Amino acid sequence: MKRSKFSFILVLMLALSVFLVACTSGNETPPTEEPGTEEPVAEEPQNLSGPLTLSGSTSVEKVGLALIEEFMALNPDVVGTYEAIGSSGGIKNAADGVTQIGTASREIKDEEKAWGIEELTIAYDGIGVIVNPANPVEDLTIDQITKIYTGEITNWKELGGNDEEIVVVSREDGSGTRGAFEEILGFEGKLTQKALIAEGNGNVQTTVAGNPKAIGYVSFSSLDNTVKPLKVEGVEPTAEDVINGTYKISRPFIFVYKEENLTEPAKAFLDFVMSEEGQNIVEENGAIRVK
Amino acid sequence: MEKDMKLDKKNELKEKLAHYLFLFNATVAIISVAAIAFFVFYRGLQPFIPGNAEGNYNLIDFLSGLEWRPSLGKFGILYMIVGSLLATFGAIILGVPVGILTAIFIAELAPKWAKKIIKPAVEMLAGIPSVLYGLFGLGVIVPWIMQISPQAQGQSLLAVIIVLMIMILPTVITITESAINSVPDAYREGSFGLGATKLYTIFKVVLPAAKSGILAGVVLGIGRAIGETMAVMLVAGNLIAGLPKSIFSPIRPLTTNIAMEMSYAFGLHQEMLFATGVVLFVFIILINLILSRITRGSVLK
Repeated sequence: MKRSKFSFILVLMLALSVFLVACTSGNETPPTEEPGTEEPVAEEPQNLSGPLTLSGSTSVEKVGLALIEEFMALNPDVVGTYEAIGSSGGIKNAADGVTQIGTASREIKDEEKAWGIEELTIAYDGIGVIVNPANPVEDLTIDQITKIYTGEITNWKELGGNDEEIVVVSREDGSGTRGAFEEILGFEGKLTQKALIAEGNGNVQTTVAGNPKAIGYVSFSSLDNTVKPLKVEGVEPTAEDVINGTYKISRPFIFVYKEENLTEPAKAFLDFVMSEEGQNIVEENGAIRVK
Repeated sequence: MEKDMKLDKKNELKEKLAHYLFLFNATVAIISVAAIAFFVFYRGLQPFIPGNAEGNYNLIDFLSGLEWRPSLGKFGILYMIVGSLLATFGAIILGVPVGILTAIFIAELAPKWAKKIIKPAVEMLAGIPSVLYGLFGLGVIVPWIMQISPQAQGQSLLAVIIVLMIMILPTVITITESAINSVPDAYREGSFGLGATKLYTIFKVVLPAAKSGILAGVVLGIGRAIGETMAVMLVAGNLIAGLPKSIFSPIRPLTTNIAMEMSYAFGLHQEMLFATGVVLFVFIILINLILSRITRGSVLK
């Protein structure tokens, strides 16, 4: 009897605490929002505070987070977040005002431009074509890569490699990197049916690193030494070659936003990104500076 | 006397309070399931209703299509349905015998020390996050299949089957074990008394008596296998078209189709992913109907 009484009280207390938590968190939300909305009225740009929200491309995440981190170090009262949900989602979030800034790792489509968003190109990225380190092939032309991905070339022998079937690795439909890759090479919608689909840059690299017959593509910023990046048309995949236009498989990193959704911290952040310091951070994180 | 009545009243109030507390908690589950079902069906059936804002798609083409290319407006999921069913079927064929024999061993045969090792191991297996099964599959099973496969890659139906087989083991083992334990000892004693051996008793007396409980475990295993997402995404290959031709062909299960593309999708593409969810939901409902049929006459209750 005593025991059941005790457990009954315990259950009651648990239920009560759940209610309390629900209530208090409900009360807490408005105050945290207020500073953000009031901030634009204040004339002091030195004391920025409030939320700074970004969402979008998984490829821009590394650069975006590094920029946010440095910006938060300079402005301790700003709370910045980056949600990596993909370019399309980020652009949509910026248009809907879900986040102040959306990020994209591809050109903005016309149907998206129709949502009335501003664009700011903050960097460039190259897409590296990667193979397993055990693969003797070093250099491919744009035409050869396209034919591999459309299924016209199916054996490494045809490219000067071993007599082995090519395992084509691509990204999921809607991925910014895949969109950029197919658009730059001009084979949109013609990906071979045999292609394996890996989710995210990391998975592509793991798949290629684990299979000597595989070919894949990832953005420069996530390249690591478990895989071998190929030369394209004889050009090494380096930042310099993207800037001078000789490395063909490259794409822009774009921030999109609606002017009316930008708070003071967000405006200051955009200035910071395009400053000398911001562009240095871009470069340190594997992307290619625009200024 | 008066004191007793006061106590009674107090108790009555307590009972009532507890009653409503439980009722309130029970509604959380009911409301959740209703809300999820409504949400998925509402979004997922839009493309098949004429005049949809995001565009229409033919239901027959959707269910019988062999190609998934959202950027070209092709949304066929037959090859995914086939892939999901084959993977589930394979996992059950391999996993159920192992699971049942393990459960028999734990419940009937194992010495105490062996029980002490096996039971926690099974419980641990149930607690491992599914993405870790996927990493194991990608790091160990896929390279192994690549060695023996006539195809150039290890991501395949077979890899999915092996990962799922391991994942359904805890479900099958735990439920089978409790079904066996709930068979009254009188059955065993009767069998032994008639001169039956231990093995004869297990297979001819105990297992038949525990049949419906074991079947319930199998059906729950099927549910787990068909709904698994993260682990299979890493080892399936997720190709964009075509029925699997052999056990070494890559597949694209229904679940991974949704998980891989939902974050990027909008418009009709997103609604077609919800439609994939509807198909998955229908499968889960069927499995639950079968389960409730089976457990109706069960020793497990």
